[in-house]
Amino acid sequence: MEKELKYVDLVDQPIAMHPKKFALWLFLVTIVMIFAALTSAYIVRQSEGNWLEYDLPTIFWYTSGIVIVSSICLQYAYSAAKKDNLAGLRIGLGLAVLFGIAFLVGQWYSWVALVDENVFFVGNPSGSFLYVFTGLHAVHLISGVIFLIIVLISTFRYKVHSKSMNTLEMATTFWHFLAALWLYLFMFLLLNH
Amino acid sequence: MSTASVANHGAAHDHGDHEHHDNFVTKYIFSQDHKMIAKQYLVTGMFWALLGGFLSVLFRLQLGFPEMDMSFLRPILGGWIDETGHLDPTFYLALVTMHGTIMVFFVLTAGLSGTFSNFLIPLQIGARDMASGFMNMLSYWLFFLSGVIMFISLFLKTGPASGGWVVYPPLSALEQAIPGSGLGMTLWLVAMTFFIASSLMGGINYITTVINLRTKGMSFSKLPLTIWAFFLTAVIGLLSFPVLFAAALLLVFDRSFGTSFYLSDIYIGGEALPNTGGSPVLYQHLFWFLGHPEVYIVLLPALGITSEVIATNSRKPIFGYKAMIISLLGITVLSFVVWAHHMFVSGMNPFLGSIFMFLTLIIAVPSAVKVFNYLTTLWRGNLIFTPAMLFSIGLVSFFISGGLTGIFLGSSAIDIQLHDTYFVVAHFHLVMGSASFFGMIAGVYHWFPKMFGRMMDAKLGYIHFWITFVGVYMVFFPMHYIGIAGFPRRYYTFTNFDFTNMYTDLNMFVSVAAIITFAAQFIFLFNFFYSMYKGRKATLNPWQSNTLEWTTPLHPGHGNWPGEIPSVYRWPYDYSKPGAEEDFIPQTVPLSATPESNLPHEQELVKVELEIMKEEEDVLVSNEAKH
Repeated sequence: MEKELKYVDLVDQPIAMHPKKFALWLFLVTIVMIFAALTSAYIVRQSEGNWLEYDLPTIFWYTSGIVIVSSICLQYAYSAAKKDNLAGLRIGLGLAVLFGIAFLVGQWYSWVALVDENVFFVGNPSGSFLYVFTGLHAVHLISGVIFLIIVLISTFRYKVHSKSMNTLEMATTFWHFLAALWLYLFMFLLLNH
Repeated sequence: MSTASVANHGAAHDHGDHEHHDNFVTKYIFSQDHKMIAKQYLVTGMFWALLGGFLSVLFRLQLGFPEMDMSFLRPILGGWIDETGHLDPTFYLALVTMHGTIMVFFVLTAGLSGTFSNFLIPLQIGARDMASGFMNMLSYWLFFLSGVIMFISLFLKTGPASGGWVVYPPLSALEQAIPGSGLGMTLWLVAMTFFIASSLMGGINYITTVINLRTKGMSFSKLPLTIWAFFLTAVIGLLSFPVLFAAALLLVFDRSFGTSFYLSDIYIGGEALPNTGGSPVLYQHLFWFLGHPEVYIVLLPALGITSEVIATNSRKPIFGYKAMIISLLGITVLSFVVWAHHMFVSGMNPFLGSIFMFLTLIIAVPSAVKVFNYLTTLWRGNLIFTPAMLFSIGLVSFFISGGLTGIFLGSSAIDIQLHDTYFVVAHFHLVMGSASFFGMIAGVYHWFPKMFGRMMDAKLGYIHFWITFVGVYMVFFPMHYIGIAGFPRRYYTFTNFDFTNMYTDLNMFVSVAAIITFAAQFIFLFNFFYSMYKGRKATLNPWQSNTLEWTTPLHPGHGNWPGEIPSVYRWPYDYSKPGAEEDFIPQTVPLSATPESNLPHEQELVKVELEIMKEEEDVLVSNEAKH
């Protein structure tokens, strides 16, 4: 029979980073690669001509603001948790979730604005790409919101505090990344339009 | 979760009745033990290899014996054999597509990386398990699910995907184009999505484990070359599989939602499709950005295994350890900047073609360095011809003969003649297919004692090797001539054109050789399963190897080492060191224990080493005191 071994962490292991956090960073790399592929496909396709020109929905400016505010809230929650300020942590996290949802709603209205402009998902790839960018980013953001809600619930079980920051740190990293990703996509669209 | 070690191993033995015993499900099915997951990958990979090989025998029958009455296959193929006993031409396309997909992804990516990265990474770097056992398990089961979906697609009435394993649109995007582009293609895409998720989870785990969970003393400059290869393979996969996902995603939108990313100005039966503005070449760029690195995802693990097997069985340090690492790194980087050499005839800018040709030819440099190092490691070694060693030497042979034709194909001018002919088929089956397959088989022969505690039969191994080695050359060498003559790949029959009629004999020869080679694999299968239960009991270190996995018990439990994880004091290639008592010094032997064989600079390191060992002693004592 196989023996289940009991083992204890050695005190002085020179580990640079928690393996799960490291794995998260690698996961972020895969997301970067997906969007790098899509945005470069956009450029390659654009250079071939037959490209529909249209105005970007102005609501993107607002959603970009919202996503930044959301990130700031989460950063506040993070520093509150570091100081064991549980109330601040919950408020920050809750606001981050709310602004995250607000962002998603805003992105939805950007699609509405596109349809009003007669830019559809099915049609010239120029419009299709925009739907794919925003849609795929929104899918990732929804997973981020779920992650934040899980962390929020665990704060009510007193599982997040200055000595147990791993999950919160990972959630913060992921959330900031998603915000940065959106800003990159928005900038990219502004520059290549 | 960080590197752990047993502090209370004494206690664990005393209280045996408190131990948790795995039940059948957690031990053999939903296991989180990297060794069991590796075996799951191996057996699944073997299943797929058999299936993929069987498909190739089917289309080889068609190519070698076009007039043959295949009615006897009707029990398996049913309606795909028509009334006159001939293979359905559309199903022929499905056969080559599925053969490619299965072999590239399910056998040589999952079967090879999945098996050996999982099995060897924790054992050779000195870790209890992967960074996340759960994710590792999930990775296998996603692969399994992907396999189930792909398998189901084989039995569809309209047939599985048939647009070639590269699934170029518009062929793959339009149901009207070919029957396989209907549900078969949909299932192909779904299966590949799960496969990509599985590969990424596996890859993230491998990288994290190698970086974070190495045992004490196991610096990157002391890592076995196997681990270097697995690590870089995972890095390549991490960067390229998401791009395939992006390509597939856009293809899904084109197929099912009516977008026009890849489709434009297509007329079917005189009717124009509504799609405008798409670019099929865009798909090729995205696909080959994965597709080319995929070649190295397949090959690098095999090269890593070969380094280890050749050094061990030559009883010599690997020649140019650092050069090997640098060439692995070089191949990794270059693999991302050569993709367009698959597209020389796609109508891209000839200037761009020249750049990609130049970059492609540069890959010959690190590849040649590796070949040179294998040969110089073998040179004047005390060669021990175990089956694993033979297969490794076979790999080097294929790597040379298949690599040389790569130089032809990499030249954009010559490629115009050779593109999509049997020359290409011969080239990649030798350098990527057979070489990686031989690496995988070498790995199985070499690490079988560690996997199952028993030895595989060497005599059967020799028979398996010689038939397979000669068979592979018999199959693929003649294809070069057919290809130079201009016969395109994926064509249903050779007898339709006057200029290829003369190759009917040669094709018959190739088909017979293919069938014999395929049949020889059953020797291996018998050997594998027979030895698992009835093989000679293995000793702890049957090949007298230096790496850490041979310091574990014969049947390592979950956690690998019953006591402390051993520390590492030297590189893994101290074979036949002058002055040493034996011809190998395991990585766990401190330099201070071998003053007779230490080189001057190593003698310097002894002092540092002694200090570190003293510190460790203190930690151990304090740990013991706590429990």
